Amino acid sequence: MNVMQQATTSPIEIRTPKMPAMEGRAVSVFYGQKQALYDVSLAIERNQVTSLIGPSGCGKSTFLRCLNRMNDTIDICRVTGEIRLDDEDIYNRDIDVVELRARVGMVFQKPNPFPKSIYENVAYGPRIHGLTRSKIELDEIVTSSLRRAGLFDEVKDRLNEPGTGLSGGQQQRLCIARAIATRPEVLLMDEPCSALDPIATAVIEELIDELRENFTIVIVTHSMQQAARVSQKTAFFHLGKLIEEGHTSDLFTNPKNKQTQDYITGRIG
Amino acid sequence: MFGYLILTILVFTLVAYFVGQTAGRSFALADRQTHSLPGYHGAFVAVWVGIPALVLALLWVALQQPVIDRLVIGSLPGALTSGATPAQLSLILSEIKNVAAGQIFAEPSPDVKAAADLYVRWQDIARWAMFAAAVALMLLALVIARSKLAPRFRARTGVERFITGMIIFCSVVAILTTVGIIASLVYESLEFFRRVPLHEFVFGTRWEPQMAIREDQVAGAGAFGVIPVFTGTLLIASIAMLVAVPIGLFTAIYLVEYANENVRRVVKPVLEVLAGIPSVVYGFFAVLTVAPAVRAAGGAIGIVMSPNSALVAGGVMGIMIIPFISSLSDDALKAVPRTMRDGSLAMGATRAETMIKVLLPAAIPGIMGGVLLGLSRAIGETMIVVMAAGLIATLTFNPLDSVTTVTVQIVTMLVGDTAFDSPKTLAAFALGLMLFLVTLTLNVIALRIVQKFREQYD
Ligand SMILES: Nc1ncnc2c1ncn2[C@@H]1O[C@H](COP(=O)(O)OP(=O)(O)OP(=O)(O)O)[C@@H](O)[C@H]1O
Ligand SMILES: [Mg+2]
Repeated sequence: MNVMQQATTSPIEIRTPKMPAMEGRAVSVFYGQKQALYDVSLAIERNQVTSLIGPSGCGKSTFLRCLNRMNDTIDICRVTGEIRLDDEDIYNRDIDVVELRARVGMVFQKPNPFPKSIYENVAYGPRIHGLTRSKIELDEIVTSSLRRAGLFDEVKDRLNEPGTGLSGGQQQRLCIARAIATRPEVLLMDEPCSALDPIATAVIEELIDELRENFTIVIVTHSMQQAARVSQKTAFFHLGKLIEEGHTSDLFTNPKNKQTQDYITGRIG
Repeated sequence: MFGYLILTILVFTLVAYFVGQTAGRSFALADRQTHSLPGYHGAFVAVWVGIPALVLALLWVALQQPVIDRLVIGSLPGALTSGATPAQLSLILSEIKNVAAGQIFAEPSPDVKAAADLYVRWQDIARWAMFAAAVALMLLALVIARSKLAPRFRARTGVERFITGMIIFCSVVAILTTVGIIASLVYESLEFFRRVPLHEFVFGTRWEPQMAIREDQVAGAGAFGVIPVFTGTLLIASIAMLVAVPIGLFTAIYLVEYANENVRRVVKPVLEVLAGIPSVVYGFFAVLTVAPAVRAAGGAIGIVMSPNSALVAGGVMGIMIIPFISSLSDDALKAVPRTMRDGSLAMGATRAETMIKVLLPAAIPGIMGGVLLGLSRAIGETMIVVMAAGLIATLTFNPLDSVTTVTVQIVTMLVGDTAFDSPKTLAAFALGLMLFLVTLTLNVIALRIVQKFREQYD
């Protein structure tokens, strides 16, 4: 497993301070009367992988969905606090959600390719955002996105077949290709490997590591090993609160908080 | 009497159920290795007791009358029956029945009186015999079925088989009914085409079915060209669909994607009310409210139009159809998984883009179902057209003209003073057949379209 070695040995150089790509400040989220997040402040560093871990129901997905305002689609959901993207509050009135989501892409837990052809799936984003001027350019984006998602060789002969006809792992990589085709700055992934077997998982982890070069990535995962393998920064949530955050290696080898320690050693969860 | 018998059968079936269930319980108590649950033992016995008795009763009722008739006629003195035609015989028979029922208009002859008494007696006997036979059958079945029960007896399999049989029976009934209807349509239509040549019917452009029914009547010779009637139907149906499809579809889109919970709570029941209004009401709404308004509006801009117009009938019909299309489209759109929608929104698509590019293509089959249902309603609707569009078949595509439709013509041909073998009456069947073929073709085309454009999610 060379992925693992790569990931755990690489993060020295990115400790140089940079302005974070995104930053949540005192974010609280309510579903109706029920509060799901309490005052979470977390910086997402540029060109790093940040992983969110914590027991089920602790608000990882909720926080992730705040970052591209997908919570807006839930009627009863209310967000307070501030979330900055390049020093702009994305919950500001004059922010265009459509533009925001083009900049902050998302991959869901369950692969959800559109019931269109593989090509159309990847071309969806570039089309609606008018990223290309010609068919050739579009072809180029589709191929390069599929290639970066590590899917191109498997599907190059059947780009016109429906994306729903792929296997689960292929579908998830298709969704990743679809997400990166719009060239977002930040890529949010909510348990992208939870439906996949170890081989497909390894492929996607490798992919995440490569994508880090051009994107800022936030990943929710239930696998501590995965967090350790792919991420440089880890945040631990518990019952809607951010308990601890820090460099992945620090947090796993040397947790400061008792709850974090209990969780990563498997005592709560 | 028949009612009591059915009641008795029900009671016996219930009793049989409990007998079987009790037996099943005792097996279960004595032995853990029973094959079926007590309920299945009960159902098994109940089926065996109830169904044969029910079948017997139905057959009995169906066959009883002819047998008794035969017996009564046989009992009449030879002087009355010898040399009588079947028609005369049935006259005598109905007189006997009238007397038996106490409806006496003139003093009946002693022979008839005697026959009537006999008739009453026979009917009594038949009734009691039916009752006795059914009860005997049920008791027998109860004993046999109960004796079959045992711990390892597969009552569940038996019940399952019975249910399968029932289901098959029901679908066969549905299919046979359809086949029967089509067969009768085809048969009568062939009869019609023997009088009016097929090509004249299909390609004729004049529809004037008012022909002489009796030899001595003064009337036209009749013309049976179906084209103006069908253009009328299609004109009105197209106008209706032009109104209903956009409004219905956009209503559904609004309800699914844009309206909040409160709006939905109000709008959905209102639409359902719209679907519940009888078409007669739409009809007089069209005639009394819409038609004058349209005419006044036309007059204001200098268009003279007839009081009956395809526009009014089609428009009102469209309003009637809106709920069909909106509610089926609504269901279809709601059935598209939320993850599709979220996927699209997360790509930075607007709600409209998501609707057009993801939700609608995925919901096409359901929407098409709604449109087809609406179209069949439009083509089959009669009341509004009778009231608002007129009865005269004009070959026109002008929506301001008065036109007529196939269904309206069928109705007008079958009501009133008609003979069953005149072309005028038979034409109704031919029209029905044509209408059936047209709707069938439309359905097939629509299915093709759906297959071509559908985007299947799973
Ligand atoms: N749409 C919603 N409506 C109401 N409550 C919600 C909704 N989504 C999430 N919640 C609540 O918010 C809390 C956090 O949920 P969230 O989905 O963020 O958890 P999570 O950490 O992602 O859990 P998991 O690991 O199981 O995915 C939970 O208590 C959940 O019940
Ligand atoms: Mg989650």
